[in-house]
Amino acid sequence: MPRPVDNTVVSELRERIQRLEGASGRGRQVLPFGVTEIDRRLPGGGLVLGSLHEVAGGGNGAIDGAAAALFCAGIAARSKGKVLWCVTRPDLFAPALAQVGLSPSRVIYVEAGDEKALLSCMEEGLRHGGLGAVVGELARLSMTASRRLQLAAESSGTLGIAIRRWRRQAEASDFGQPTASVTRWRVSVMPSVPLPVPGVGRARWLVELIRCRAGESADFEVEAPDAKGRIALPSELAHGSPEAQARRRSAAG
Amino acid sequence: MLSVNAAAIAAGLRPRMAATKAQALVAGLVVMDADPAADEEALERLALWALQRYAPIVAADPPDGLVIDTTGADHLHGGEDLMLSGMVNRFFGSGIEARAAIADTWGAAHAGARFLAHPTLVVAPGAQQETIRDLPVAALRLDPAIVHGLRVLGFNTIGEVAGVPRAPLALRFGPELGRRIDQAMGEVAEPIDPVRTPELIEVRRSFGEPIAAAETIARYAAKLVGALCLVLEERGLGARRVDLLFHRVDNTYQAIRAGTATPVRDAKRLIRLITDRIETIDPGFGIEIMSLTATHAEPLVARQVVSSLVEEPEADVSGLIDILGNRIGARRLYRFQPVASDVPERSINRIAPMAPDEGLAWPGHWPRPVRLLLHPEAIETMALLPDHPPVSFTWRGVRRRVKRADGPERVFGEWWKRDAELVAVRDYFQVEDDAGERYWIYRAGDGEHSETGSHQWFLHGIFG
Repeated sequence: MPRPVDNTVVSELRERIQRLEGASGRGRQVLPFGVTEIDRRLPGGGLVLGSLHEVAGGGNGAIDGAAAALFCAGIAARSKGKVLWCVTRPDLFAPALAQVGLSPSRVIYVEAGDEKALLSCMEEGLRHGGLGAVVGELARLSMTASRRLQLAAESSGTLGIAIRRWRRQAEASDFGQPTASVTRWRVSVMPSVPLPVPGVGRARWLVELIRCRAGESADFEVEAPDAKGRIALPSELAHGSPEAQARRRSAAG
Repeated sequence: MLSVNAAAIAAGLRPRMAATKAQALVAGLVVMDADPAADEEALERLALWALQRYAPIVAADPPDGLVIDTTGADHLHGGEDLMLSGMVNRFFGSGIEARAAIADTWGAAHAGARFLAHPTLVVAPGAQQETIRDLPVAALRLDPAIVHGLRVLGFNTIGEVAGVPRAPLALRFGPELGRRIDQAMGEVAEPIDPVRTPELIEVRRSFGEPIAAAETIARYAAKLVGALCLVLEERGLGARRVDLLFHRVDNTYQAIRAGTATPVRDAKRLIRLITDRIETIDPGFGIEIMSLTATHAEPLVARQVVSSLVEEPEADVSGLIDILGNRIGARRLYRFQPVASDVPERSINRIAPMAPDEGLAWPGHWPRPVRLLLHPEAIETMALLPDHPPVSFTWRGVRRRVKRADGPERVFGEWWKRDAELVAVRDYFQVEDDAGERYWIYRAGDGEHSETGSHQWFLHGIFG
């Protein structure tokens, strides 16, 4: 009877892996996006709390990191407790964060002199455990540094987000290097939702889930966070992709 | 006459003039008696103020100086240059003209502050020898008689004295001269005896055998914190700033300073703050005495808190704020507070992270960019006046065609702040280019009247 033997071996191995991953490995809390399409793709049904996530901008966003910052602000707004936001270049505009639901009384900014100090501040914040989320804007993130952040996040259950932001476009290829983060996202801007009148509608992004531990990569077209920090699928996409609709229409006509 | 103010110097008076001569030169001269004792007392008070504000090791350097060991303290004030200029400005604000210098040794800093600083000077590490080489011998903190004797012998600068054999000079002037030169050059250590007052709460511990291991230091630091907290509790105080001083066997000091955002009497938190920095201590040949001082203490009494059993209370992060503040400087930790102003860069105000929440909010009916450039950057545009958004614009060498735009949002200058803003106007537009990148641009001026602005276009922010 080879199969039952196999099964016990496999289940033993699974147990051992789970023990290695720590007691919090199973039944970890997640922060869902509230969008079924996205949550379905993420193991556990949302961003795992107590782990490190990486977000970068696409195109010019790799340098200004504007969409990436707003994406993270939306996530942080939905977490509970204060948010530690570590930067080296202080150009965040707090009213914009307030517009996605992250009120100014909740965000504590840390202006670190260099990235080494920033990493140590992030780690300290993640270890503390009383914060809702710790966000850091970084250009370089080595395997060792990300591992430290990941371990610190695991020890306290705080959500850690690293916004990758470079000085030059050429440096953005650094985003391909392996790190210990659990998910890796790229947020690129897209033309906004068309309005019936002249004007700029709700911003739209292409959100790519480039890497996801125990999950598959995917990309989504989403609308920027609303006043509560929730992203949404564009209404014409909520009921199937435009291609599918076009096909249906042509089939009908 | 011992000293004269700027007005008197303009009138031709100089120190060391006879008072009668000065009175003959300037009619109605105000002459005040010198009071060296009161001066010394004031200097002592100033030293105590600097002790609370800048660094744990501070001493008065009579007749006219303060000496501060800023090792490990400058980063809390934004670096050595900023700390010095801030210090001089602070003195100037209270009516004292000060000059300040930082160097590796007390002697070199003393000479630099008096002979080179305009009004501040930072001597690079290890550069004190070249810096003071060309200064007059009077910069060496010597007895006036020795200075005079050296002049008679034809020595004018410190470099000349340092270059000749010591023995004949020592025979003539005593060991003082050689010692001062060595101290200034950094060959001989010169401890600073820190100023203390009886009001400061201090606990100390002497060791029979000098200690050096980091674990041992941490253990005794914890014991000292326990003792300090007991004294603080007796007096109903909480520490805002504590200094741990290490007296080494070679008669020099090392120090750790830790500050807190709110008064603290919790031993665990204080221990954490202090042990965080123990690695910065160089025990040398061993530490003989450790003393812990609450340099700055504020009343802290037990308070009754209302707790709701249903809701989970928000976690206290002041401990984290203290740790980060001691690491990178308390001023680099902040929150933003809304200010009622339509001018974007004035609508935010930095406040301390633990400041109470005022419940203010920005009006949310206009979109705001997530990145705001520190200085708006000039762009080249093609736009219809007065109230159309540009058709295209060039920013940082890249031309972008405007696909969609929103605006204008007119922001008027705040005439009550500056005369220049009496009629100034900015028209803000949110524009989106072909690729979907959204920017916040504005035109200085209303597009019709030239007095409202230059009609130049600027890019001020980037939307997400």
